[in-house]
Amino acid sequence: MAVDSVGSLGTARQLSVQGLECRRGERSLFGAVSFVVHRGEIVWLRGANGQGKTSLLRTLAGLSAPEAGTIEWSEPPASRRLLYIAHANALKEDLSVTESLRFLLRLGGDAPADSVITASLERFGMASRRDAPVRTLSQGQRRRVALARLAAQREPSTWLLDEPFDALDATGIETLNAIIVEHARRGGSIVMTSHVPLTIAEPAPLVVMLESPVVA
Amino acid sequence: MGALMSAPPAGPQEGALPLGAAAPGAETAPSGLFAALIARDLRLAARRRADALLPIAFFTVAVSLFPFGIGPEAQTLRQIAPGIVWVAALLAAMISVTQLYALDLADGSLEQMLLASPPGLAIGLVAAKAAAHWLVTGLPLVIVAPLFGLMFDMQGVSIATLTFSLLLGTPILSLLGGLGAALTLGLRSGAALLILLIVPLCIPALIFGAGAVSQVDAGLSARGHLSLLGAFLIFTALMAPPATAAALRIATD
Repeated sequence: MAVDSVGSLGTARQLSVQGLECRRGERSLFGAVSFVVHRGEIVWLRGANGQGKTSLLRTLAGLSAPEAGTIEWSEPPASRRLLYIAHANALKEDLSVTESLRFLLRLGGDAPADSVITASLERFGMASRRDAPVRTLSQGQRRRVALARLAAQREPSTWLLDEPFDALDATGIETLNAIIVEHARRGGSIVMTSHVPLTIAEPAPLVVMLESPVVA
Repeated sequence: MGALMSAPPAGPQEGALPLGAAAPGAETAPSGLFAALIARDLRLAARRRADALLPIAFFTVAVSLFPFGIGPEAQTLRQIAPGIVWVAALLAAMISVTQLYALDLADGSLEQMLLASPPGLAIGLVAAKAAAHWLVTGLPLVIVAPLFGLMFDMQGVSIATLTFSLLLGTPILSLLGGLGAALTLGLRSGAALLILLIVPLCIPALIFGAGAVSQVDAGLSARGHLSLLGAFLIFTALMAPPATAAALRIATD
């Protein structure tokens, strides 16, 4: 069943998921899930550990194939702007913070100037460590560097965030919340997982609860 | 079935926030990303010198040991030198290629590369990884090959042919090695399986490469062997990157 909703900006739908099922080996992860994401919306995927939240995000990103169901994007693949931040930070131990962030932004299709990189790091309080090798950073600092990609974004793209609050302290969480809200306000959409309760009030996140599949 | 509802607002509401001060720069051209990935891998190799120098060290030791085992007979060494150099180059490429994608998989970089914008760029990035691998491991072998030619008492024209055949052939080893690394990514005993899978595919390069030098030594033209080696390089350059990208997608699924 598809559950539709009016987007917080009352704008076009960005993504439509219908009857999606994912499987890991012989195990079906969750019952068929349907939801629609409009521009300016935040969707919070919830479920128990091992319920398939990461698998669902990877499937939306195109890294995994669904077992059943459809995923329809409003834009063709060539013009679709998608940013996926996974559990792993995709940082290289032997590169500096700036080198790592620059490369990740390039992968996303941008050729960022130094000022953009510095401003993005500054947003997460990491500008002073811009030349430090990634291997010298704590887990929380690494997460901040990975999330600095979000601060460099100005397009209303779709963000897929897998436990983005992991390892962040209160300041980091506050900064990330602010960046997510800014993105939603400019018409971007966010699909995210989080075990940390969301403290974003406006736009109110829509919750998609993943439930165990019905066993016949 | 997934249920969708509004989450209750909780915690402090964010006030009106300025847009990020940062604006992305110009879009990256695919060629720019290709160069960026090569530059990144070269930078990483420069910062992990011990790992980067291992293939060339292996090549040097392996080739240097043969004269001790076979004996100092110059004619014999001259005759077997092309085969020894080519086999050592092949094995050096194989031992270095096993980790080509493993670290990128472990730290999450590989997923980001497969999602690189615009879609379809993954094939170019695979080619860039192979190019970087060749620059780190293949090119040094090509550069030192003349020294080993002198050590084996080869003639100048034979050394030139050997070097040129390695120039054509070592990119094949990097491309096919990358395919093997992708096919065995995440598998236990993947390195052993990689060698079993890929070494047979490299045998044509070995035959044409070493054969070209033998032709010259016999007073014949090496053009035929080198042309076939060049054709094999073109075929591999066209076929290996898409196959590698597909294998990586399967490995990360």
